[in-house]
Formats: sequence, structure tokens, C-alpha cells
Amino acid sequence: MSGPLLRNRWFVGSVGGTFLLLVFSLFVGFVWLPSAQEDALFKGLWNSICSAAGAPRSWLSPTSAPVTPPTKVSEVVLTPTTLDEPASGGGVGRGATLALRCTMCHGLRGVSSSQTPNLAGQYASSIYKELRDFQSGARPSAVMTPLVVKLSDQDLRDLSAYYASLPRRQTPGAQDLQAAPDIVATGAPMRNIPPCGSCHGRLDSKLGVPWLDPQPRDYLKTQLEAFAHGTRRNDTSAQMRNIARNMTPEEIDASVDYYSGTR
Amino acid sequence: MISNKRLVLAHFWLAFALFGVAVLLGEWQMFIRSPLSGWLRNADMYYRSVTAHGTVMGYVFPTLVAMGFGYFISEASLGQPLIGRRWAWAGYYMIIVGSIAAVVPVALGLDSVLYTFYPPMIGNVFYYLGVVLVVVGSWVWVALMGVNLYVWKRAHPGAPVPLAMFANVAGAYLWAWTAVGAALELLFQIIPVALGYATTINAGLSRVLFSWTLHAIVYFWLMPAYIAFYTIVPRAIGGRLYSDSMARISFALFLVFAMPIGIHHLFADPEVGSGFKVVHSIFTAMVAVPTLLTVFTICASVEIAARLRGGKGAFGWVKALPWKNPQMLALALSFVMLGFGGAGGLINMSYQLDSTIHNTQWVTGHFHLIFGGAIVIMYFAIAYDLWPHLTGRIIQDARLVRTQLWLWFIGMIVLTFPWHYAGLLGMPRRMAFYDYTAPGMFAEGVSVVMSVIGGALLVLSALIFIAVLVRNHWATRVEPETFTFSRAVHEPVSLPWALNGLGLWVALMIALTITNYGYPIVQLMRMHEANVPPVFVGGKP
Repeated sequence: MSGPLLRNRWFVGSVGGTFLLLVFSLFVGFVWLPSAQEDALFKGLWNSICSAAGAPRSWLSPTSAPVTPPTKVSEVVLTPTTLDEPASGGGVGRGATLALRCTMCHGLRGVSSSQTPNLAGQYASSIYKELRDFQSGARPSAVMTPLVVKLSDQDLRDLSAYYASLPRRQTPGAQDLQAAPDIVATGAPMRNIPPCGSCHGRLDSKLGVPWLDPQPRDYLKTQLEAFAHGTRRNDTSAQMRNIARNMTPEEIDASVDYYSGTR
Repeated sequence: MISNKRLVLAHFWLAFALFGVAVLLGEWQMFIRSPLSGWLRNADMYYRSVTAHGTVMGYVFPTLVAMGFGYFISEASLGQPLIGRRWAWAGYYMIIVGSIAAVVPVALGLDSVLYTFYPPMIGNVFYYLGVVLVVVGSWVWVALMGVNLYVWKRAHPGAPVPLAMFANVAGAYLWAWTAVGAALELLFQIIPVALGYATTINAGLSRVLFSWTLHAIVYFWLMPAYIAFYTIVPRAIGGRLYSDSMARISFALFLVFAMPIGIHHLFADPEVGSGFKVVHSIFTAMVAVPTLLTVFTICASVEIAARLRGGKGAFGWVKALPWKNPQMLALALSFVMLGFGGAGGLINMSYQLDSTIHNTQWVTGHFHLIFGGAIVIMYFAIAYDLWPHLTGRIIQDARLVRTQLWLWFIGMIVLTFPWHYAGLLGMPRRMAFYDYTAPGMFAEGVSVVMSVIGGALLVLSALIFIAVLVRNHWATRVEPETFTFSRAVHEPVSLPWALNGLGLWVALMIALTITNYGYPIVQLMRMHEANVPPVFVGGKP
């Protein structure tokens, strides 16, 4: 290269051309197109530039107060680390003592002989979420709510840790997805129903979602129908309500039979 | 004289072996979600396969081809032995180790996150570390290409850099810079979470960083094909390159405009402002300039060859072209696929029109037509041209070679045209099965079956390709002529500094990255409320 850079036609041509293109596209994207929008909330040049840049601002002034839900909704926020905090004097042992009050229905070691759920080996995050919802009334229950209403958050964490530590008793052959009903293995894509197994295990597991095999048949069926009728509402973003509502009675029976081991 | 034949062959063979496996996975995926197969009982098998197919085809295969071809070009065009041959082997072994580290957890179902990572999904850390190792291995190549050119320029002050090496190093620098986006995403967002050092991830920022890589990587894949257009095909068909300068300008423009356009992959993403989407859309349109320059220059070069062979008339010269020459055939088929793929791409890059096909099968059809079609068919052509020089043996099966190229072309058209159509009908992508019994889904089912047939032709073509290369190793020995690249009509005697080095264009590439990506990245980095917990894949909740 010879001579000063600004006199060089290659430099001036390439850098100048690119710069002009940039200015043109910035003008189109940040000024021209936004100004063509009939949007009462974006008036003025600076406003349109900020909005086109994606600068976060509370530009939508609230016109009415948020609607208060008629029933209590779940306030539990689960993250992979929610239950990670070190137990302050608590833990599995303390949970075992607290669990004495649960044995009448959930069995001596978390395996139920009645129609209540098996808790032995259930994910701690799932037990903890349900206990919190029983406590707050997001999942109303004449039996569970009085039993947990006075427990502290640490009590709930310890109980969850205790039950999660017990050995899970699985139905032999339940691993076999080939034998599972369609609703469990594939769902029904045209009715927006994902496979049960994509959250409840076998295909994949999601945080806060319990495994279901084996759980008592009556319990599973009652809960699915409660979701379908909207009488149980503590599922995050109404996921289970939307699924159960779209399931046929045959699909409900098939999934319940599969998970309860009464195939 | 090529002294690093083993190195080049090792790269090509690993690339084509992995390609052969990944083609089978692709066809299995097409079949399993077609009406010809029942629904998969375990959809994760599909996502494992897609992850492996994408990782091999997107990261490993084209990178190895570019590297092997690059090492070849360095020696053949500069006429000097490769500097840093041990480093080159070290990079090669890094890619092997990285590929194994990545693919094993994918096969075990621990990393069904697809090759585009999709945070906040997080899988087993070995997959990400494997990908990083592949990229680091390729950066060794980038450095070696820069060093080899630098040493040559010091020894030949003022001499024009051979076009093939100019383009090769442009591709290397493009890759070095474009890989930075995904590297930042992996190192600062995904791997800390996968290792347990962080508990949240900024999915929006991760996506913007990945888009930095996601589009320019396509032009990195494209570089070997374009180098073949300019520096192999005109020589192979007995013609001359129409314009050396036009070639250099095209490669320089690819370097500048490939980078600041990736946000066109995020048109539906709420975390990026609409203004930047418009800017990226306009810059994407600029890529048409080097593409059309190339089409013009190569057509002109081909016409020169035809007229030298006695071709006459405004269009009559087309008949005089050596259509039996695999290079001529591959070029023509590649251009047809590039034309259709590019036309479809105009829809994808338009901020408004994209919404009609966003996340549909159209998009998968598009990138298979461009990459799998227009680019990979030129990878085949490169292999056919280089192989006798690498093995010292002739390729005997000229007819088989032509059959293979035709099969690849027909297979790719039959695969991707119905694929585009299914997308227009609204068929979403990334699904393991579809309910074809539903009303209105019949047409989609028919088009998917056609794609399965196209895919089968591609599998057949890939098998023939590998068979031809394998057979060559036992063919008659010959002493090949010295390898040459195309000569231009007017061979450069002295070049303006801008066309004899890449400094100006690399500077423009970096400057445009800052103007077009700087604000969105800084803004998202400062938005801590956008951090969300990861969704772990393939493990316990």
C-alpha cells in the first residue's frame, strides 16, 4: 500500500460503502419502519429508536389492575437448586421422625397399602411442591391440609428428603415402552397431548413432576379426573388440566392401568 | 509436489467416513417420521439421532474437508512444504478425541439437545467439551494457514498471493471469527451450568451468541465449494478463469457480509429488537452480491472453455461443454441447487416473509438443499479431483462417478422439494412423529414419503461415492501430473494491496460484528432478570 489510507480508493470504497449501507439499514430499521407503524405508544424519534433497539422499558402503562384469581394458585417456584440449601439441624433423620404422622395412610416406609400415593423414593422436589400446595390451599384437601398447615418450611424439606431417601418399589416390566399404551409413549399430537412419559419418566423427567409407577389406580384416576374437571388447579401453567381435559375416558383408563400396574 | 499426502488423506477419509454414517442416520430420521413407519415409542431415539446427524454434518464433516483441502492448497499453491505439520496432526487428533467425547453421551441419550444446543436445555458436559475440542482442533488449522501465507509473503514480497490460498485463508479467518460466538456461549453460558458451577442461564443471550456462529458457519462450509468453482473447475474443463480480481472480491465480500447477519435466525425471538432484525435482514441480502458475482464469473469461465472447444452462437456453446467431465457435471448440478436454494433463502432472510415458514420443515429443506446439495456435491468433486494426486492411482470408474453425481442431485431434489412443500403446508420441524390420520395431514404425508425416497437415493449415492474412493486405493498406479489450479485469462502480475491480503476485509468483518451485534449482546448481558434455571436433559430431575 502506498500513500495515506484516506486517499486509497480501495479503503475509501470498501469502508465508505459499508458505512453507507450500515447508515441506510439503521435508518430503515430504527426510524423509517417504526414511524410507519400506527402505534399510539411509540411516538417520537427517540421512542422509536429505543423500541427498535429492544431496550427494555415499561412502555405499556397498565389500564386496569391484574385480575385476582378466584381460587388460590400455587406459589411454589422450583429450580434445580431449590432443595439444595444445607439442612440447619434437619435432614433425613428429622424427616423420619416427622413422618410418623404420615404412616397411617402412606405406610410405615412410604409404601401405601390403601389408595394413597406411594412416597418411598419419590422425587424430593415433587413431594415438597405438593406439601407446600396443601399448606397454602392451592391443592385443597380435607385430610392433608390440617396435617401440614402448622409445619415449617424446614419440616417440609425434611419430610421430602426422608421420603426421597427410601427405596422405590417398581413394577417389574414397567420399563418397557413398547408395551405402554399410546397415550403414555406417544401422546396425541393433534390434541396437544404430549406423552405422559416425556415428563413422568421413561422418556424424560421434569423438575417437580412425580414418577407414577406404581401408584394406586384409584388415586391416579381421581387425580386425572380432578384435573380434567378443573377441581384440582395446582399444576404449573395449567399443564395437567389442559392435558387431562383433552384425554378420552379410554385414554385415562389406559394410562391409569399402565401406571398402577393393573395391565 | 504434495509432501503431506497422508495428512490430507487422513482428513478427507475421516470426514467421508463420518459423513457416510450420518447420511444413514438422516435417512432413518426421514423414514421413522414418515407414514411408512409406525410412531416411535421412544421419541428420544429420534432426538439422539438428530443431535448426532447435526453434530457430524454441521461441525465435524465440513470442518475436516475444509482443513484437509486447506492443507493441500497451502502446499500446492504456495509451492512450499507445509509449516507446522506436527501441529496439524495434533489438531487432527483433537478432532478425533472431541468427536468421540461428543458422540458417546449423545448415543447414551444424555445429550439430546440437537447440535444447536437450545439452552436452557442442558445435557451431559462431555458433549459440549467434545464440540469445543473439535473447534480448537480446527483453530490449529486456522493458525497454520495464516502462518504459511505469512512465511510465503515474506519470501515473495509484492508477488500476488495465489487465488486458491487467498480464498483458503479467507475461509480460515471467517471460521476463526464466527466460531467465537458459539465458543462464548459454551464457555460462559452452557458449560458452567453443565458442570454445576452456575445455576441459571440467559437463554436469550445464548441464542444471540449462537446466531453469531450459525449463519457464517454456512459460508465456512461453502468456502471449499467456491474455491473449487474458481480454481479447479475451469482448469479441469480446459478453460480459463474469467477474472481473478472478481474472484478475490467475491471472497472478500463473503468475509465481510457472512458475519453481521445471523440475527435473521432470530426473527421470532422476542429478546432482540426489531431494528436489529431489519438491519440483519438488509445485510443478509448483501450476500447475494458475491453469490451472483460468482455465478457470473464461473459461467463466463465455462463459456471460455466451450468456445475454446469450438462452441458457437449465443447459447449454442453450452452443447460444446465437456458434460462427461465430472467437474463440469458437478458444477452444473451445484449451480442448479444453489439457484433453487438461494431463491428459497430469500424467503427466510426477509423479516416479514420468514413468519410464514419459520420453524417449519421449509427451513430444514432449505439448508439441506444448499449445504447437502450445492456444497456437498462440490466436496465430492474436490475429492474426485484430488484423489489421484493423493494416492498416485487413477479413478477408473468415470461412469460410476457421473452416476453418483446425478444420483446425489436427483436424490437431493426429490428429498428437498417436497420438504419445502410440507413446510408451506405448516408442518413443524423437530418432531419425532406426526399424526397423518388427522384431517388435512394427507398431503404432508405424501410429501414426506417422497422425501424418504429422495433420501434413499442419497444413501445409494453416498455408498457409490465411498466405494469409488476405496477402489481407487487398489487401482492402477500412475504418476500424476503436477497439480495445478485454474489460470486466469489475465493472470495477476501485481495486485492492489486490498486484493493481495485480508487485513482490510477482516477489519470490516470485525467492525460490522460490533455494530450489528454489540448492542444486543451488551443489553442482554446486563439483563440479569432474563436468567432462568436450566432444564436438564437425559438425567434425573
